[in-house]
Amino acid sequence: MNRFAELLDRLAYEPGRNNKLRLITSYFREVEDPDRGYALAALTGALSFKHAKPALIRDLIAARTDPVLFALSYDYVGDLSETVALMWPKSGAHNQQRVSEYPPPQPSQRERSSSRSTRGEGTELRPEFASRTISSTGSTNIREAAITALSVPSPLVEEGQGGGYYTGGLSEAPPPGEPGNPTSPASGRGENPLAPGHNNPPPPTLTEVVTTLRTLGKTDMPRQLARWLDELDETGRWALLKLVTGALRIGISARLAKTAAAALGDKDPHEIELIWPGLSPPYLDLFAWLEGRGPKPENRDPAPFRPVMLAHAVEDEDFAAMDAADYIAEWKWDGIRVQAVSGRDPQGHMVTRLYSRSGEDITGSFPDLLPSLHLPGAIDGELLVVRGGRVQSFNVLQQRLNRKTVSPKLLKEYPIHLRAYDLLGDEENDLRELPFAERRERLEGFVTRLDDVRIDLSPTIPFASWDELKAARANPAAAGAGEDAEAVEGVMLKRRDAPYLPGRPKGQWWKWKHDPHIIDAVLMYAQRGHGKRSSYYSDYTFGVWTSGDGGEQLVPIGKAYFGFTDEELLQIDRFVRRNTIEKFGPVREVVHEPNQGLVLEVAFEGLQRSPRHKSGIAMRFPRINRLRWDKPPGEADRLETLEKMLKAENAPAPQSHAERSHIKSR
Amino acid sequence: MIDMRPQDILTPVPAGLCCKVGGFHIDPVRPVERALITHGHSDHARAGHGAVLATQETLDIMRLRYGENFAGATQAVRYGETIKLGDVSVSFHPAGHVLGSAQIKVSCKDTCIVASGDYKDARDPTCAPFELVQCDVFITEATFGLPVFRHGDAAAEVKKLLASVALFPERAHLVGAYSLGKAQRVIALIREAGYDAPIYLHGAMEKITHYYGAKGIPLGELRPVKGRKKAELAGTITLAPPSATSDLWTRRFPDPVTAFASGWMRVRARARQRGVELPLVISDHADWDGLTATIAATGAGEVWVTHGQEDALVHWCRSQGLAARPLDLVGYGDEEESEVVGAAEDADT
Repeated sequence: MNRFAELLDRLAYEPGRNNKLRLITSYFREVEDPDRGYALAALTGALSFKHAKPALIRDLIAARTDPVLFALSYDYVGDLSETVALMWPKSGAHNQQRVSEYPPPQPSQRERSSSRSTRGEGTELRPEFASRTISSTGSTNIREAAITALSVPSPLVEEGQGGGYYTGGLSEAPPPGEPGNPTSPASGRGENPLAPGHNNPPPPTLTEVVTTLRTLGKTDMPRQLARWLDELDETGRWALLKLVTGALRIGISARLAKTAAAALGDKDPHEIELIWPGLSPPYLDLFAWLEGRGPKPENRDPAPFRPVMLAHAVEDEDFAAMDAADYIAEWKWDGIRVQAVSGRDPQGHMVTRLYSRSGEDITGSFPDLLPSLHLPGAIDGELLVVRGGRVQSFNVLQQRLNRKTVSPKLLKEYPIHLRAYDLLGDEENDLRELPFAERRERLEGFVTRLDDVRIDLSPTIPFASWDELKAARANPAAAGAGEDAEAVEGVMLKRRDAPYLPGRPKGQWWKWKHDPHIIDAVLMYAQRGHGKRSSYYSDYTFGVWTSGDGGEQLVPIGKAYFGFTDEELLQIDRFVRRNTIEKFGPVREVVHEPNQGLVLEVAFEGLQRSPRHKSGIAMRFPRINRLRWDKPPGEADRLETLEKMLKAENAPAPQSHAERSHIKSR
Repeated sequence: MIDMRPQDILTPVPAGLCCKVGGFHIDPVRPVERALITHGHSDHARAGHGAVLATQETLDIMRLRYGENFAGATQAVRYGETIKLGDVSVSFHPAGHVLGSAQIKVSCKDTCIVASGDYKDARDPTCAPFELVQCDVFITEATFGLPVFRHGDAAAEVKKLLASVALFPERAHLVGAYSLGKAQRVIALIREAGYDAPIYLHGAMEKITHYYGAKGIPLGELRPVKGRKKAELAGTITLAPPSATSDLWTRRFPDPVTAFASGWMRVRARARQRGVELPLVISDHADWDGLTATIAATGAGEVWVTHGQEDALVHWCRSQGLAARPLDLVGYGDEEESEVVGAAEDADT
């Protein structure tokens, strides 16, 4: 557990992707099965524990600490897991190295006051004090008090206070022995009650923690957690509590963890992605394969995820080397990319799953689409909301995203739709090696056989030359997209002969997006970046003009931290340092007056209403397009311009604003 | 003379702790006629007093920082030596905080008060260990006066640093550390852990560090970082003032790992706020356990709590049956505050 805790701790501070990978891979290399497998499970979010909840942790700490001290501490730290991990009373084993003995006391000129002699008796010393090694030359009554606290049962002893340990909590609920699990948590602990004050039980292993948490009943949970918290060091306690509350929040995606595992065996992460749905913690077969000790595990999942193929952004100069006849064009829909997979399990039951483009299982959010996927196969397509035969904007679709549960009302008002553009599998056949043109033909047949209103084909755009396609891109409504044109964000180009390759292979698929929206905004605040950028002011908050109570003023409308070149970063950084008007920790407010300041040309993909922003508007995908050193801030854009863009862009939603914000706030 | 209450012997005034009967102030924040200085950190040791009484090391450090004429007159005092000032006698005792740091014991008739300045009861190879002084009134700092602050073993933190250096041999490790005390302690601990390659220093800490060396504290080979090529700094450790680790100055290092050695690093949010990638919980202040154990061991019936988290410590003292009150002294804080400004302004230009 301690080694895993150390890893989490280090990851929580490490901003760089490659460095995170190094840390995780070296953990997998150093740590043995099954611990490392459970670590992989924790990092990929494959673990959840029914009976371990934050309320339980609150109760545990309340029983052990002074409420005033806890309140002051929680207020200072701001995070429950961390506060508890930090102030959990010591069981005496992990004291820091102290100056071992205080020197002899200086004789005082007067007799010890009576106030002191009364202090020792009946004093309830706090455990953190009682467990410390009090100097042998310290006040006698204090020493006695310490001894008293250690040996006399206090009302708290049952809760594990005062050096007493739980005994038997584990033996009552032995976890199931994992096959090949060398560390059975039940071994030896229960039969060997530790005497109070005896301090060095080994901290639990990660395997012990995970297997126990999975099987332990609700009533045994508090004792078990308390026991572990006694045994672990601070980092260990923090990691345990993160694990228990199910929120690691250390900036590691499942994909990154799998990539780190792949690096252990010098494999392509896609290979792991392919077999992943068939694997389960502690992944002994996976690690055996990665270390060359075993065969590649097979994915027996009837509806597995297939790593997706991605497109490059096409630049004007790329077209010179491209022949229009080699490509098929489609609209680029502004929804979310999904893979819809159906297959039969050994019993013949149909299993259907929806995956995001990163392989995350999002089936639970879209129960309304599942019945439509009634034939075995794997469709690559765009998830959209279609209402009255019209594709809705991304803003509307957002109401359906990232939901654990979906109400009937939501299903009705935001009917989900799949627009199919590729077919990766049909019955038992893997089609990914086939050229795109051929897959497309099979897709057309497949969609016809499905014969369902919720699933249709993404139409192709006929064109004979790049100029023709350019015209279509400029006016999708007239080029076949009709009323759906508002949900089109550009054009996709796919080589007719391209097989379906995972990742972003060169020269196969291209995206040719609409030109972004552009506005001129004024730099207001700059924040230092992370990692390599930690010495640069690289995150910029910018605003546009509006009329307020105090006349013309800037209101922040967005934040961007990329889009500029390295040279431009240096220039902005220099500007920020020379024009700071106030500092707030890592943030600097820079001068932003009508005749003084820096204008940033900001490009973005779209706008949406946002009650969280002061301006009421949030930008999608904002980035710095250009630095307008030539433009006085007074000539930057106004909020009204954005309001107009927002109105033009959004189809009206069917329900009132109040209802919408209600849905959002859940 | 009538019987004096402790608050008549030492009184908090805007300039600091004032001892009227002895005619001096302890760690005054404004220029005064006679000052007793606990240690050389800039929030405690300021220039411009008429006369300064302090340990030889503290006087030396003040001279290094403020120049020859930092005070009208100076007098060095040895640990344990008693000096009579007016109606009181004073003596200095090791505080274990930094080189030369002292607690000041002020005795007047039957009453004995110890002003501990900043102190720690943890091991430190670069200064004399904290000495427990029995007293009636103990004046304690409360920098880490919350039970969440438990510093752990500094050697283990240094091990963490060395493990990171081994894991990232192509990157430079930048360790932010206050330039007086912390930096030298970290270097000494690195040496104790067996690391014997040269350690690099930011210009701002060269003088003080060499002073420690001259005092016989073994710090191994030290090199100025100035003038080194970027590639040369791969796999090395450099000590720098905390503020320098997030500024322009860092661009001379290859893909630096930013570490910070401080008790504040115990709280993750604080480490992240500063962009620290490798927090090292190494403190020159007593942690919660250290504060509470020390208070108890002094035998003091009354505790005055100053700079830091006074509320929690006062609450704890009272729950132990001790009379306790916060001392509203202003002007003390972390050494950091005063250091940040200086270094940041230098680096910004």
